[in-house]
Amino acid sequence: MSTATLLLLTLLLPLLGAVGIIAAGRYPNVREGVTLVTASLVAILVVIIAYRFLGGEEFALFVSEPIPGIAIAFRIEALGMLFALVAGLLWIVTSIYAIGYMRGLNEDNQTRFFAAFAVAISCAMGVAFSDNLFTLFLFYELLTLSTYPLVAHSGTAEAKRGGRIYLSILLGTSIGLFLLGILITWFVAGSVTFQDGGVLAGKLDPAWAGLLYALFLFGIGKAALMPFHRWLPAAMVAPTPVSALLHAVAVVKAGVFTLLKVTIYIFGGDFILSNDVTGGLIWVAAATILFASLIAMGKDNLKARLAYSTVSQLSYIALGAMLATKSGLIGASMHIAMHAFAKITLFFAAGAIYVATNKKLISELNGLGRAMPITFGAFLIGALSIIGLPPFGGMWSKWYLGLGIVETGQLILLAVLMLSSLLNVAYLLPIPIRAFFSKSAGGEQYTEIKEAPKTILLAMIVTSTACALLFFYPDPFYQLANLAAGGP
Amino acid sequence: MQDHLSLLLVVIPLVAAPVAAVLPQGRLPWFVALMVTSACATLAGMQLWAVVHDGVISYELGGWAPPWGIEYRIDVVNAFVALIVSGIAAITLPYALLSVEKEIPDHQIPLFYSAFLLCFAGLLGITQTGDIFNLFVFLEISSLSSYALISLGRRRQALTSAYQYLIMGTLGATFFLIGVGLIYAQTGTLNMMDLAERLPGVSGLKTIHTGFAFIMIGFALKLALFPLHLWLPNAYTYAPSVITVFLASTATKVALYVMVRILFTVFPNGFVTATPAADLFVLSGIAGILSASVYAIYQVDVKRLLAYSSVAQIGYMALGIGFASAMGVTAAIIHLFNHALMKGALFMAVGAIIYRIGACRMENIEGLGRQMPWTFGAIVIGGLSLIGVPGTAGFISKWYLVLAALEQQAWISVVVILTGSLLAMVYMGKVIEALYFKPVTETNIVVKEAPMLLLTPTWILVIANIYFGLDAEFTVGVAEHAARALGVVAK
Amino acid sequence: MDFIIGHYNYWIAIFLMMAGFYTVISRGNLVKKIIGLNIFQVSVFLLYISMSTVKGGAPPIITKGIEIYSNPLPHVLILTAIVVGVATTALGLALVVRIKEAYGTIEEDEIHRQDHSL
Repeated sequence: MSTATLLLLTLLLPLLGAVGIIAAGRYPNVREGVTLVTASLVAILVVIIAYRFLGGEEFALFVSEPIPGIAIAFRIEALGMLFALVAGLLWIVTSIYAIGYMRGLNEDNQTRFFAAFAVAISCAMGVAFSDNLFTLFLFYELLTLSTYPLVAHSGTAEAKRGGRIYLSILLGTSIGLFLLGILITWFVAGSVTFQDGGVLAGKLDPAWAGLLYALFLFGIGKAALMPFHRWLPAAMVAPTPVSALLHAVAVVKAGVFTLLKVTIYIFGGDFILSNDVTGGLIWVAAATILFASLIAMGKDNLKARLAYSTVSQLSYIALGAMLATKSGLIGASMHIAMHAFAKITLFFAAGAIYVATNKKLISELNGLGRAMPITFGAFLIGALSIIGLPPFGGMWSKWYLGLGIVETGQLILLAVLMLSSLLNVAYLLPIPIRAFFSKSAGGEQYTEIKEAPKTILLAMIVTSTACALLFFYPDPFYQLANLAAGGP
Repeated sequence: MQDHLSLLLVVIPLVAAPVAAVLPQGRLPWFVALMVTSACATLAGMQLWAVVHDGVISYELGGWAPPWGIEYRIDVVNAFVALIVSGIAAITLPYALLSVEKEIPDHQIPLFYSAFLLCFAGLLGITQTGDIFNLFVFLEISSLSSYALISLGRRRQALTSAYQYLIMGTLGATFFLIGVGLIYAQTGTLNMMDLAERLPGVSGLKTIHTGFAFIMIGFALKLALFPLHLWLPNAYTYAPSVITVFLASTATKVALYVMVRILFTVFPNGFVTATPAADLFVLSGIAGILSASVYAIYQVDVKRLLAYSSVAQIGYMALGIGFASAMGVTAAIIHLFNHALMKGALFMAVGAIIYRIGACRMENIEGLGRQMPWTFGAIVIGGLSLIGVPGTAGFISKWYLVLAALEQQAWISVVVILTGSLLAMVYMGKVIEALYFKPVTETNIVVKEAPMLLLTPTWILVIANIYFGLDAEFTVGVAEHAARALGVVAK
Repeated sequence: MDFIIGHYNYWIAIFLMMAGFYTVISRGNLVKKIIGLNIFQVSVFLLYISMSTVKGGAPPIITKGIEIYSNPLPHVLILTAIVVGVATTALGLALVVRIKEAYGTIEEDEIHRQDHSL
């Protein structure tokens, strides 16, 4: 198949899947079959594309030119490939998980749920493959809109409130700030196409560059930098598979991915470094890392704690992007993948606990470990990977981030990184420890509680194994990250 | 035929109007109107084609050469506006059949279509003519018939809003007449091209400035430019659904056309920026966008909410004009077209709801989104276009408007434009929430989807919203061409 | 002083204009508003007509021995405008009749009161 066909298929297949899901809505087994087949095909497709991409092939596709000079066009480069690979591989795992989860809880409107999910994946692929800021913005907004029904899925007052916060912050920041940033870029540089070395160098007065970067930094609300992070905890009212794939992987990573794209291909690392564009802004990321971790410690709701942990971890990537050194960018790009695998494991475990026991609060988990060893085992692995301990993948991204900081010599940031790792330990590890070693408040033995359905367990085992494998074989992701950062 | 294209465009509906009035009750008057509007849409399309390819058309009415006779002078600008007017009319009429039968008493239907055609003829006449007094006559033809059409609304407030509009509209038209008189007194001509030649010589005179001010105020009233918009929310709310659709997407657009024509073609270059007019446009645009959008948020009647949104959207166009740059006028013309598409689609969808349940207050429409999924879909996409989400026509408008503002380094305007989008998000969010996220009320549980005849035109406009969001080559090309034809030069 | 007397026709037009405009704005009675509107329009007609006079000019009817005519164009224009004005008045009055039928009053305050109480 030609490269353009492959690219187009990756974008269209999830959409076709959504149509098939709606058509098969009345027959749950057929519908889930459609989901699984589509998701597997997409996973296979991204692997093939990644293989051929690393083999040196060019993937590009031009669709139309809505505004003279600005096209809807796609082109795969290393960073987009990395993001698409993560999202594509994790979709199939999440689908398996979601089927067990949704059936386990007898949720309503499952057809709408799976259809919107597939559309969201298509949008995420669109974000990953965009060739210019305009196309990226188009899919960025569509991603927000298509995930809204998933957030407000349950239809309760709380879900609607969460949905409203979700929409208003994401649309608000993107229209109010991100779009303005794109417009100014177009106005100044006459181009919004992603280019190696950026398009702004030499065209933008460095004095204004910091301001423009701030527009992007805060305008890309999906990156959840404080103070625009509120939507992410609010989105946790969604069913757990949504939180797992979209709000730990696809949506939030689309945000930091966009930020990285802007950094590398619009500003250009050299432009940022030589003009110290991000010197002040980097502290916003540092502050978000610490504050979000502190807030996470105070949350008793398991998903809320994970959400704030995500906010904090996303800022690692933003921080890496703003370092703009080679190691920093490699670290940031790799963290997209590493954090995705680890965090999705944690969410899977949280969902498994909820399906099996209907418990949402950390304080209720005492003693559950013996009843659900696989779940909490997976949780432990995910947590260790997030903290950045070997032998789990999370170590590599932190390693490169640390290197990046050392290269710039801002040792305070290194202290932030260390402190944050300690905070990670403090808010994540007590959860499995409680489960395995503490006695429940009433002293019951939870003999009646069993592990969650098999599909859920399977998904967890796959992602936690992946966390470990990524320590030993980080290679495809490292290669892509290295390419994106401008390395050989 | 080719030669008389421009005249036929006005004459056909003008002649058909009395015919429709004397036809028997039933569907015949509708059919006549349908034929006339489709014919005019085709002719307007041909006219635009001819103008783009062969240049300006000049038609001497009755063979009297200007400046004595009336000249119809068509360039890209008015050909484009004429196409918008007749295109919207042609899409509205299939929609009108059922909606009008529901909302208008049987014996008034022939008269309704007669008045509709008159209004249509008047609007087209305004776009076609190159004579400023002839323009006044057509303005009054369209205005008088629209007062009558608005008064046909089902609720009695329709009468008072039509009356209110009549008073305001006539004041506006008379102001225009005063302005024309003053300018005629100084230049001795009514032909726009002659005026354009003679005005530079006298543009320093106080009389000319006074005349200019009168004309602007007069048309600002017709355009419902903030703060002269007070008639619009009532008129749009209480008019029959079809008339709201038609007027919202054409009447204000034509008024805007006259505005740019007079500002940039008739008056010499630099006149606008030398007077406070340009700044006033920007000021009024900013105030209109912000205040009308905030008003819209607090409305409980969906039609009135959309009407206030229209006032805000007119503010965007005023901003574009106020920048007085090629980019600004291009943006205004693009938005003129796109706004016709989005408001047409939205008002049609609301009309479909009214067709089913007879009302469109927030408490009446709760939960209807599940009952009427296609209508709901139209409102969602129309709303997204109004907000300016990429992939919709509204985004293209916003894109060019912000670029125009950036070019002038008008930072406040940039912020206002984007804030307007956010406010649109809030008020459209309210509508969508009522339609979809409120539980269905007991009375609404039996409501079915609107008939195909209402949905098809609505969705034609909805799809146009998406199409022109993804491929704006036509809109942008014509608008840029139009800005050049108007003779706008950068500040 | 010459300026004032010399332009008396304009002063009359302006006076009528303001009087009409004021009536439209200030009166609550719908018929009175329409009368005000009429006065306002007529003042503009006067403005046009008086503008068209040419000093020493005869009425614009071709007659032997007359060289200077007044400008006929404004007369023609105003004929049209008069027709428009009559149509507006007729439509306005028709609306007032319908309003009277619907509300039982033609006073603006009363109508507002009724609508708000609805």
